Amino acid sequence: MAEPRTETTRDGVATLTKRDFTSDQEVRWCPGCGDYAILAAVQSFMPELGVEPHRTVFVSGIGCSGRFTYYMDTYGFHGIHGRAPALATGIAVANPDLSVWVVTGDGDALSIGGNHLIHALRRNVNMRILLFNNQIYGLTKGQYSPTSEEGKVTKSTPFGSVDHPFNPVALALGAEATFVARTIDNDRQHLTGVLREAAAHRGTAFVEIYQNCNVFNDGAFDLLREKSQGVHNQIRLVDGEPIVFDEGRRCVIVGDNGRPTIANTDEVDPEQIIVHDVDGRPSLPFSLAHLSSGPTEPTCIGVFRKFERPVYGEAVRDQLRRAEERLGKGDLRALLHGGDTWTVA
Amino acid sequence: MHEANVAAFKAGYHFGETTELFAHAYRVRPAPAAPGTYRNVAGAQALAWGLIAASERSGLPLFYASYPITPASELLHELSRHKQFGVVTIQAEDEIAAINMALGAAFAGQLGVTGTSGPGMDLKAETLGLAAIVELPLIVIDVMRAGPSTGMPTKTEQGDLLLAMFGRHGESPLPIVAAASPADCFEVALEAARVAIRYRTPVVLLSDTFLQNSSEPWRLPDVDALPRIDPGFARPNGEGFLPYARNEHLARPWAIPGTPGLEHRIGGLEREDGTGNISYDPDNHERMTRLRRDKVAGIAEELPPVEVDDPDGGADLLVLGWGSTLGTIRAAAERVRAAGHRIATAHLRWLNPFPLNLGEVLGAYRTVLIPEMNLGQLALLVRARFLVDARTYSKVQGLPILAEELEREIVRILDG
Repeated sequence: MAEPRTETTRDGVATLTKRDFTSDQEVRWCPGCGDYAILAAVQSFMPELGVEPHRTVFVSGIGCSGRFTYYMDTYGFHGIHGRAPALATGIAVANPDLSVWVVTGDGDALSIGGNHLIHALRRNVNMRILLFNNQIYGLTKGQYSPTSEEGKVTKSTPFGSVDHPFNPVALALGAEATFVARTIDNDRQHLTGVLREAAAHRGTAFVEIYQNCNVFNDGAFDLLREKSQGVHNQIRLVDGEPIVFDEGRRCVIVGDNGRPTIANTDEVDPEQIIVHDVDGRPSLPFSLAHLSSGPTEPTCIGVFRKFERPVYGEAVRDQLRRAEERLGKGDLRALLHGGDTWTVA
Repeated sequence: MHEANVAAFKAGYHFGETTELFAHAYRVRPAPAAPGTYRNVAGAQALAWGLIAASERSGLPLFYASYPITPASELLHELSRHKQFGVVTIQAEDEIAAINMALGAAFAGQLGVTGTSGPGMDLKAETLGLAAIVELPLIVIDVMRAGPSTGMPTKTEQGDLLLAMFGRHGESPLPIVAAASPADCFEVALEAARVAIRYRTPVVLLSDTFLQNSSEPWRLPDVDALPRIDPGFARPNGEGFLPYARNEHLARPWAIPGTPGLEHRIGGLEREDGTGNISYDPDNHERMTRLRRDKVAGIAEELPPVEVDDPDGGADLLVLGWGSTLGTIRAAAERVRAAGHRIATAHLRWLNPFPLNLGEVLGAYRTVLIPEMNLGQLALLVRARFLVDARTYSKVQGLPILAEELEREIVRILDG
């Protein structure tokens, strides 16, 4: 066993470090993969939560993202394709003291596992779901995914894909997720900020992370990821703030039929600029999710929606508590002997 | 008038058939003789109560996740009425979610159980393989109904034995236990939990529509005398933790999240013996494959030998059964014996592994007859395993085998 990695401050309080969350396993993604940046950000960020590794569980499915669990020195469960939210539901309901994180990808969460994703979101199980969206199947070597754009030419679609893609943020909002956000793999500061808010949320926090697959879909998010372009095309949502971007030159206003539209800031009345509201009418985040048809246009990132409603595991435990109050603690003998019995001497 | 009556009768019959309002079918048996307190119990009740008993005796909270399916929904209904026992019941979004939730709860240190019928078992197969490779305790109940596909959902059958045995890709052995009567469901549930926990393995528990809906008098057990089940959670011992180290039962440690120092990762990829790290090493895979097989086979060491009922001695014919045919076999044997014939009977509770003495027992009879509500699934296993020329008596009509039907077959063989 390695020496204890937790550092102790001068006043004797143990503080966690990145090393506490880093396993001894060799990281095996392709060189240059966006997953490295996400892993480093998560490992660096976890200590600030103050939740020890032994109370943290990472659950993943199948795909490149599935390996994430092996690199975290926490409890981990690498399940089968698409089922991580269901596994994590069992874990989170069984033990409410755990910090449960699901790591999944666009194929895992939105194709084979779509059902579990939407049901976890509607139940509002206390867990965080990080969806690494690279718009491609990487582990199986480059087929189109449920988030690939129409016309995508891949090994399985040499004439182009005719499938219409999912918009993961819109899907999560439609499933009534209580926390929905989008961020970008290589923007450490933004990514960490979103993770921080997700970790603090009670219920299911859904975070889509645009993640570059440099082998099978390189450059899919360049418009947002590359600093020189991102500065003009990232629309950073901040609760309570007017939605302006492109260094203040452009903004989002209510256009025809109430649809949010991009405008030049100096051409509109400041009153027209939409003020972001994470806990307001659900139509706002939904329409913001549809502001662009994909990451090839100016696109919103940040927290789209955040609100409170009952958390699944808590409701389950409340029901157990109420049953015990009403009926008394379960008595096996009384259960078996309840109803008509007779005695043979 | 006649036509109106027939129409009314048919309407009522089809209403009952469709709605399944009558959950209980009653079978009248000779009054029991052994002293004690009795009650009537249906298979679904006894199974649910057996799971609650297993939870009490192990100290593990019961976590039951299931998707509605005939005839297994009755278990979900029954368990969801007993939340004062700390029973968590989840109606999952689908069969696959149900077993994954139960497996997640098992990872977190609870008694994870899911219940279903044939179509649901098909869907759970991949996760059963996962449960087998991560080696966690899990109980999967299959209340068998007539198949294939949607088949006859309200009709009974024993058609899923080979599915339970082989219905997963790769070498993926699982223990299989079957209930023989409504009251037996209670004991079988306890037994399944005990084996699942001790051996850190998923266990398939087979029941069927007939058992589920039948009732019988049950001599109530002394709850304090029920066996205790030690979960034996792993505790940190200051040394390096090996999640795939094995004890005398070849079982690995059950280290639950929340335990400091035992952080580890499990999953569906092949593990390195001992460390549990991912391994594609050829020799390691063969070793792990054999370890998983040997662990399940080793359960036989603690199983009671199969008992033969041969009151007259010297029988040439053994009738071997499993599951809900127990009552039929006993009744048929009584009839045949009353007519002056000698026959032996035996009944299997564990279908995998078989009791250690089964081969010897089978070899002692000139003829082995296996009545099954399928086309000979136990017969296939027995023939393959013991090279015994077992005969099958099949009935696949969605109905139990009747004592007189089996009696006729036995007499035909004896006379033949």
